[in-house]
Amino acid sequence: MRTEDLIKALDADISSKAMPLRPAWWLAAGAAVIIAAAVFWMTIGPRTDFMVAAHTVRFLSKFVFTIVLAISAFALIRTLSTPGAATGRAMAWMAAAPLLVALAVVLELFMVPERLWGTRMVGSNMMICMGFIPLIGIGPLAVFLWMLRYGAPTRPVLAGTVAGLLAGGLAATFYAAHCFDDSPLFVATWYTIAIAVLALLGALGGRFFVRW
Amino acid sequence: MSGKDEAELSRLLRAAIAGDEKAYADFLHRIAALVRGFVRRKIVQGGVDPEDVVQETLLAIHVKRHTWRQEAPVLPWVYAIARFKLIDAFRRRGRRIEIDVDDIAETFAEPETETVSERDINRALDGLPPAQRSVVSSVSVEGRSIGETAAKFGITETAVRVSLHRGLAAIAKRFSQGRFGRE
Repeated sequence: MRTEDLIKALDADISSKAMPLRPAWWLAAGAAVIIAAAVFWMTIGPRTDFMVAAHTVRFLSKFVFTIVLAISAFALIRTLSTPGAATGRAMAWMAAAPLLVALAVVLELFMVPERLWGTRMVGSNMMICMGFIPLIGIGPLAVFLWMLRYGAPTRPVLAGTVAGLLAGGLAATFYAAHCFDDSPLFVATWYTIAIAVLALLGALGGRFFVRW
Repeated sequence: MSGKDEAELSRLLRAAIAGDEKAYADFLHRIAALVRGFVRRKIVQGGVDPEDVVQETLLAIHVKRHTWRQEAPVLPWVYAIARFKLIDAFRRRGRRIEIDVDDIAETFAEPETETVSERDINRALDGLPPAQRSVVSSVSVEGRSIGETAAKFGITETAVRVSLHRGLAAIAKRFSQGRFGRE
């Protein structure tokens, strides 16, 4: 088939429609939130003293970290799924969540006596944390990987990793409402490990599933 | 690349997405020429046929045209896709060479014959289900319109469009997975 012939076929197919990437990403985000919320409510649900906890800075700080991670990852993954789009600024924003966590860890180390550091870090929930963040995030990750396939990421492994971070930020936001361990020392350790699991799965998905 | 070309190509693709076939044919011809130049400059030594990469790129541009943001410049988008497809072609070729090395003894002695007609896309086309293959061939190689193709096979124009669309999507998918022939 000559290139000329191929162009004829492509031209005849111009009337086929596909949803533009931007609204498609918002739909995917909505679906991912619903999936994560459903899994969260069906399994662990929020902690019983949620309303009381909502008045404490440590509890609220968890949501700041996870939501900042989710928002920055969402901005980055949209540029990564568009060929030729500038990614530099969105990439730089990915540092925001880790920096906030690092800052909170430093503050916590100043405020909490040294003998309690270990207790705060180990907490009481680490196995649940490492189990449920990936569990809540796996459905959203599948949605995001599918979206990457619908898009056209020229760096599929990186895009898949960011899909994992996005799913992780979303899942951790829900999980934070359940978890009784509010210390930044706990969050910096166990949330990071749980989210890294999703990022690794995302990278594998990017490598083997995101082909176009 | 001048800003004038960029503006003109963006205009053509916008018109095409709105359904203007003439604008789309114009766009694809110009893009084919640009990508051909780009690919030929990048392929210094043999192994990868530039025209295969041009065809893969055009197909990818077609099936991924919804990823172009209409207010963004079109050329960075086109070249990003072309570069991705070129790297993909090298990667695949690398694999094939590894496979070939096992029984090279005789193939080395023979002169390399350039088979112009044996395009990757033909092999991908051959791997399609018969209905899709005949519709895609009719509209491309045989140069029939949608209406003429419908009349030839005694099916509706809608059925032709569906087969064409699925066939092209299937070829694009085969390229992306490095599969060309029948399974």
